[in-house]
Parts: sequence; C-alpha cells; structure tokens
Amino acid sequence: MAAVVEVRGIVNRFGAQTVHNGLDMQVNEGEVFGIVGGSGSGKSVLLRTILGLRQPQAGVVLLEDRDITHMRQAELHAVKARYGVTFQQGALFSSLTVLQNIQLPMLEHLRLPDPLRDELALLKLQVVGLPADAAGKYPSQLSGGMVKRVALARALALDPGLLFLDEPTSGLDPISAAAFDELLIGLQRDLHLTVVMITHDLDTIFRTCDRVGVIVEGRMITDTLDGIVHNTQPWIRAYFQGERARLRGGLHGA
Amino acid sequence: MYCETQLQGGQLVLTLQGEWQVANVTQIAIELQALDLQSARQLQIDARAARLDLSGAWLLHRLVQRARTQGAQVEFAGAAPELLTLIGKTLAAGTPVVTAAPLSDEQSPATAVEGLGRRTVRRIMQGQAALAFLGHICVSLGRGLLHWRRLHPVSIARHIYDTGITAVPIVSLIAFLIAVILAYIGAQQLLQFGADIFVVDLVTIGTLRELGVLLTAIIVAGRSGSAYAAEIGAMRLNEEVDALHATGVDPVEVLVLPRLLGLIIALPLLTVVADVVGLIGGGLLCYGLLDMSLVQYMGRAEDAISSTTFWVGLVKAPVFAVLIAIAGTWCGMRVRGSSRELGRLTTLAVVQAIFFVILADALFAVLFMELDI
Repeated sequence: MAAVVEVRGIVNRFGAQTVHNGLDMQVNEGEVFGIVGGSGSGKSVLLRTILGLRQPQAGVVLLEDRDITHMRQAELHAVKARYGVTFQQGALFSSLTVLQNIQLPMLEHLRLPDPLRDELALLKLQVVGLPADAAGKYPSQLSGGMVKRVALARALALDPGLLFLDEPTSGLDPISAAAFDELLIGLQRDLHLTVVMITHDLDTIFRTCDRVGVIVEGRMITDTLDGIVHNTQPWIRAYFQGERARLRGGLHGA
Repeated sequence: MYCETQLQGGQLVLTLQGEWQVANVTQIAIELQALDLQSARQLQIDARAARLDLSGAWLLHRLVQRARTQGAQVEFAGAAPELLTLIGKTLAAGTPVVTAAPLSDEQSPATAVEGLGRRTVRRIMQGQAALAFLGHICVSLGRGLLHWRRLHPVSIARHIYDTGITAVPIVSLIAFLIAVILAYIGAQQLLQFGADIFVVDLVTIGTLRELGVLLTAIIVAGRSGSAYAAEIGAMRLNEEVDALHATGVDPVEVLVLPRLLGLIIALPLLTVVADVVGLIGGGLLCYGLLDMSLVQYMGRAEDAISSTTFWVGLVKAPVFAVLIAIAGTWCGMRVRGSSRELGRLTTLAVVQAIFFVILADALFAVLFMELDI
C-alpha cells in the first residue's frame, strides 16, 4: 500500500523545550490512523506541521509523495485542496451560516455556478447526517455534536481523499461520540478516505482505528491495535491498560 | 469529454470516462446539460471507466433523475457506482434537498405595523436592560464602598496603567500639536489687528477649558472604550462571564467597576498632562513666531486665566470617564454569539462614547454659561 502521509525525522523545538525529536510516521492509503499521546506531547504541533501551518526545525513531511516543508506558497495552496481538516473546537466561522461555512473551501478553490454549489454543499450536509434545514443556521445556534458534523462536512467540501481530524469526539456525550464514530467509519468506507485523527477517546480508537501511533518522548511508536495494547512501554501500558481502559474492556467484555 | 453517447436502436448508451471529480464538475455539468435525453426510451450508463468522487456522483444522480422524469428507463452496465447508492441512501434518510433560503435569526418579514411594534418593544427592553446595568453598577459600587476589598484595588491599578500611563505619549503629542495649531491660526488673525498678545488668551483659555479635556477624552474613548468592549466581549464569547456568574462572582464587580474607577482616576490625570503640554506648545509657538519671550507669555497667561479656568476644564474629566467606561463595558456585556457581533459592538462602544462625551461637553458649556463661570 502506498504511503499517503509520510513524516521523516521531524524536530520541533520551542525555546529550550524539544517537543519532537526525530519523529517518523507513515500513514497508508485507506487506513484510519490514530495519533495518541499525553497532554503536551505535541499531537497538535505534529498536526500543524503536517498541514504545513508550521515549519519544523528539521525533517520533511510528504503528502502523496510531495515534500510540503520545502514548497512554495502557490504549490502549498493547491495541496491544501487535497486534504480536509477539522479542528478541536470545530473552528466554524461564526459570522457565516452552516451552508456558507461548507461552501467556503469551494469558493476558494473552485469556480462553480451558484445553484450547483448550493446543491453540493447541501449534499455534504446530509452525508454527515444533518437535516437540510440546518443550512441557514449560524454556528452559535448549533449543539456540540452538530458543530463537529458541520466541521466534518466542511472538511469534505472538496471531496478530499485525506482527512485530518483533531479530537473529533471530544466534548460529545458517549452516544453522540459513538454515532460520530459510526458516521466516520461509513464515510471512510464509502468515500475511500484515508483518515488521520488525534484522539483521547479509547472507544473511538478501538472502534475506528486500524493502526495507532503513540508519541512518547518526542518520537512515535506505531503499531496495530492488537500490538499497541500489548506494548510494554510504561506510558503506553498505563494508557491502554490503565483503570479506564480496563473498565472499558470489562464493560465490553473484550 | 467526460461522457460519450451512442444510439443503439431506442437505447442510448452513455459511457462515462475520465476524472468525474470536484475540480471538473462545472465542465461536466455543462456537458450533461447539452445531452439530449428526449429521443431515448432507454438509457444505459457505463460508469466503470470513470473515476467518481461524491461531487461527480451527484451530477450522475441528477442525470438519472432527469432521465427518469422524462420517462426513460435507466440501467447501469455492471453495478451502479457505490457513491450513487450512498447518495440515494442519504437522500432517503434525510429531508429532500431543497434550495436553502438563507435564514437569519430575525423573524420573517412582517407587516410594517408589526415591524414597528417589534422594534419599539426591543428598544424599550434595551433601555430597561441599560438602566438595570446602571443600577447594578451603583449597587456594586455601594457594596465596594462598605468593604474596600470588593473594589479590587490591584485591578484598578492595572487599569489606571493601561488606560492612563500608556496613553501619556499619544495624549501629549496630540495636545501639543492642537495647541500649536490653535496658536498659529489665532496669530494669523490677531496680527491683522496688532493684537497678537491675545494669542496667549486664546491658547490658554482654549486649552484649559475645552480642548485639553475634550481631546483627551476622545483619544481615550478610541483607545480604551474599544479595549473595554473587546476584552469583555471576548470573555463573553469564551463563556468566561458565565463562569464568573456560576462561581458566584459578580461580573460587574470584577469586570466593570475596576475599569470604571480606573478611568475616573486616569482621565483627570491625563487631562492635566494634556493641559501642561498644550500650554508649553502654545508658549513655544509664541516664542518662535511672535518673538514673545517666555516670561512675557507666562505673565500674560496668568492675567488671562481666572482662578476657575483650570477647574472648569478638569471637572468635566471624571464625567467623561464615566460615560466612556459605561459605553465600553455595556457594549462588551451585550456581545453574544459571533465574532461579527464583537466587532459591531466594539465599534458601537467607540461611537457612543465619543457621542456622549461631546453631548456632555455641550451641556457643560450651557451650564457654565448660566453659572457665569
């Protein structure tokens, strides 16, 4: 399988503090890859580096075999149409309606006739499981679960093959989170997406991810779900075999 | 070409090819629009060679719909594309796709009378809320005077620094320039009568009574009135104000009162700075342009101003401070929902503050004239 995202030897430093120290990561086409790590381990910094929002001190990021760390702005702009991103708090534009939020990437990257753009945006809205009458609402009128779904619809606006999700289920109740997981699995299958997600939610990891990368001491330890659960590294063991993980296993009988 | 057509008997065979992707949908839509489906009783679609994404599939979905409404039979060579099935499922699950009429949180347009009524009621409610806000400030102030800790002296000091000390350079510069301009214009006119000594009267009385305090207030309204509205507004968007409420802390006490008291202290001090710098500016111009010695300037200035001139200007400063602080904090407190609202109310805070300052200045002018000061 071809690597869609490849990160080689990333170094990120803030002053004297080194967040990433030669981090490697590889995401293959068609898989759901989970990024896990403690608070402050640099998950969001890693995501910002992969998205080209941050220039690392060393190392390269390849998206579909193209190096984005040494790319001119115009090329990077074109690359940005090839992936979709959702942010932790949704980051919906509060002065735009839901429909306008979804249309913003289309306006930036495509020239579409207005009716067709409306139709496509409404389709995206319904694909993520929202009713069409949510289209005219403003972000402040939406519930937390709806915000996450609109953010997903906006990320899907340009039909990207690659999706980055930053904590897609944080702040949702377990039922909404589970529904979001199912939605994601369905979309990933139907739209043949490659998904990279940062998450803390053990349920989401076990339900959706094919492989998991754990950031420990500035590097990444990558393994399949089965492999990572039996990893002996102390932090990983504490994470996947701690009280909450055991509780989950007990409840699910796994 | 994204599709090729072949007519076989009554059957139209449509072979899709190439990238049916979002980047090309405009092109594809035009191509499909040109298709003549009237002649075909049967439509066979072969999508096996095309690379579809969701947007491309949507166009195919529309084509199938169009053919069906025109009475043609649609079938696929091989299986129908999965994405088409996904769209079918999605539409069946949800409400039908309608063209979205952009809604707003306003009610639908009503009759003129109803609109007038709504506006009136809204204005009255706004007025009531503003009055309640003023009352709330008075109560908090009263409570603060009983327990001085509730006045949050550290917080007041911070606001005196932010609105007062950091504003000294810009206030000084503006006061200096305005005094120079005033003296220059005055000198030009008064020289015609040989009454150039009265330039001193113009500059000193003008600066001390009106311009010093008024310009300072306008600068502070622009600097700090907007800052108050933006700070409190951002806290509201961030639910920090709700968090204060929930903790049992009175937001008016910790957010509004320190800003109000800080400005009441800072604005008079800034006015004194502006007065001093203005007088210096006038003196330098008289020295440079009118060959008046500084001793002469000071002597004339002492004659020109009466004992009340300085205080008549300074007494307005705390009043202006109250108006600016209340306009800023009240606008900040009303922010909710979106960042656009934050911008609108920050603008409103500055406009209202400047308007109220000038209005109050006019009322002061009338009052002092009546009192013959």
